[in-house]
Amino acid sequence: MANATTTKAHWALRLFEWVDSRFPLSDLWKEHLSEYYAPKNFNFWYYFGSLSLLVLVLQIITGIFLTMNYKPDATLAFASVEYIMREVPWGWLIRYLHSTGASAFFICVYLHMFRALLYGSYRKPRELLWLVGVLIFLSLMAEAFFGYLLPWGQMSYWGAQVIVNLFGAIPFVGEDLAIWIRGDYVVSDATLNRFFALHVAALPLVLLGLVAVHILALHDKHVGSNNPDGIEIKANKDPGTGIPRDAIPFHPYYTVKDIFGAMVFLLVFSVIMFFAPEVGGYFLEHNNFFPADPLKTPPHIAPVWYFTPYYSVLRATTDELKWVIGVAVVLFMLWGLVRRGGNTTRMLLLGTGAVLLALLVVLEAKVWGVLLMGASVVIFAFLPWLDRSPVKSIRYKGWMYKLALTVFVIAFIVLGYLGMQVPTPTATRIAQVSTVAYFAFFLLMPWYTGIDKTKPPPERLT
Amino acid sequence: MSNPSEATLPSVAGVDEVDEARRKLLLATCIAGGAATGAATWPFLASMEPSERSKALGAPVEADISALAPGEQMIVEWQGKPVWVVHRTKEMMASLKQDEAELADPLSKRSDQPEYCDNEARARPERPEMLVVVGICTHLGCSPVARFTPGDPSMGAAWAGGFLCPCHGSRFDLSARVFRNFPAPDNLPVPRYMYLSGAKLLIGDDKA
Repeated sequence: MANATTTKAHWALRLFEWVDSRFPLSDLWKEHLSEYYAPKNFNFWYYFGSLSLLVLVLQIITGIFLTMNYKPDATLAFASVEYIMREVPWGWLIRYLHSTGASAFFICVYLHMFRALLYGSYRKPRELLWLVGVLIFLSLMAEAFFGYLLPWGQMSYWGAQVIVNLFGAIPFVGEDLAIWIRGDYVVSDATLNRFFALHVAALPLVLLGLVAVHILALHDKHVGSNNPDGIEIKANKDPGTGIPRDAIPFHPYYTVKDIFGAMVFLLVFSVIMFFAPEVGGYFLEHNNFFPADPLKTPPHIAPVWYFTPYYSVLRATTDELKWVIGVAVVLFMLWGLVRRGGNTTRMLLLGTGAVLLALLVVLEAKVWGVLLMGASVVIFAFLPWLDRSPVKSIRYKGWMYKLALTVFVIAFIVLGYLGMQVPTPTATRIAQVSTVAYFAFFLLMPWYTGIDKTKPPPERLT
Repeated sequence: MSNPSEATLPSVAGVDEVDEARRKLLLATCIAGGAATGAATWPFLASMEPSERSKALGAPVEADISALAPGEQMIVEWQGKPVWVVHRTKEMMASLKQDEAELADPLSKRSDQPEYCDNEARARPERPEMLVVVGICTHLGCSPVARFTPGDPSMGAAWAGGFLCPCHGSRFDLSARVFRNFPAPDNLPVPRYMYLSGAKLLIGDDKA
């Protein structure tokens, strides 16, 4: 004890204490890592949240260094990317990290979302967490779209042309809106310059903010992580410590697990990046190695793979599909008449149906294509309220949900594949069937999750 | 202190009820501040409109069509868009009658063309064989490609010749009229144009 007054603490410890008494450093560490208690049974599917964060950091770092040599000017942009690839020391590495990272980001995010579909992670009390996630997904799509114009290749140019023209399909204001987005009457230097600003400044800030909100919403004391059993670990706490009995602290248990996942991921990522960065035209499309030519659309244009499912929905919407939608709306109205006793609900359902039918008559297939394409992304936001199953996890759900999810995944992959192919009458027909299956997964969910036979979930994690 | 919930409120000496006049002033300040902040977004949003320079770049362009043989197509840039000039052959002109029943808008009633091109050839009456259209698909803005050969294997045996949009498969006949049941809603627009001489075509203007 006598030594305590004479021996000073280590300088690093003293520095830490100096900071900690002026900033909530140890509080943050505890709240989000060492005393964030997560269910003990996380499996493979739980890697992709932290991996998404890893790729976000990778994209930001590589992006900063690309900006040092890239020129957002229609006459210089294409050549500046080639300059980065051929003359900037290690420029090829940084560029391939960024372009491979874009696809890796979507792979991680799609698997992260699929995890939520497997285990019902969007359900109460995680609805807001899920909605923030959908916003992150939308921002990520915008970020990827703006970034894709920057190399100013043929696919950059015509991809931007098609997507900006989607807004032009909106009745009355569409054309002016498209001009406002482009800053010109065609995709031009003005468009490139503003997409650059949005890609490197605006959207990354939005993404970082939303990711922070996503993590805060997850770590809220009433929420916490879901798990493969889909039961609430906070319902069973140790009365002495107040810690859920089935939980382990995130650090060191899941930090170590996630670092292992990151190593495996980086291994696969490196193999792709070093040996096949174009992945046969899927990650970097062949046509984008030609400079943008406003007078000539390449004979076959398609978005990058991560947008093709929605693009397929757009292409599948023809006059014939409008009839299918019409029949679906009429069935919906009939169901509304038969099912509900309450007059208000009945009127609401009939009114919605009538409005939809009127829009079917008034709006042409092109506008419906744009609407359905938008709906195919936004519909994810409604999952927390569409799922009426008494259990969250697929482990305890019945055959109907398992079948529906399987059909949905197949439809998603088929749409994604067809979106890369040249449209033929047969391909369009298959895309139309897949589009119907895609939407049926969501719109019929209240029905099939309501009548599906479920197993009772366990009291404790298995 | 009889009510425990009051104890948690911060107490200000001499104030025990809401000052309604101040509350109203506070509300008015918030509304005025909100409106001013909202109005401040206008210059930023408006700065994204086309600049004066972009607006000025819409001038008409001249094209030399003397070398354009029958059955050939040339592409001229006007306002940053591709404008096609197609010199149609007699057979091509004859094909315009054949597919009329399958067109979405055979009389170009809802499509965009100058009044002097409001005919089957969608061309100026003095040279009906010469087609001048903006080669931007009315669906989502791709530039369709020529498929002039009748019965082209990729288009089917009944194909009489025309254009195919590579992006979403819309088909157009040799007057750039869209076929029914394809995503493009309208025929390709015909710009205002005139012949300055036998060899010179002016795109974007029709008044000498």
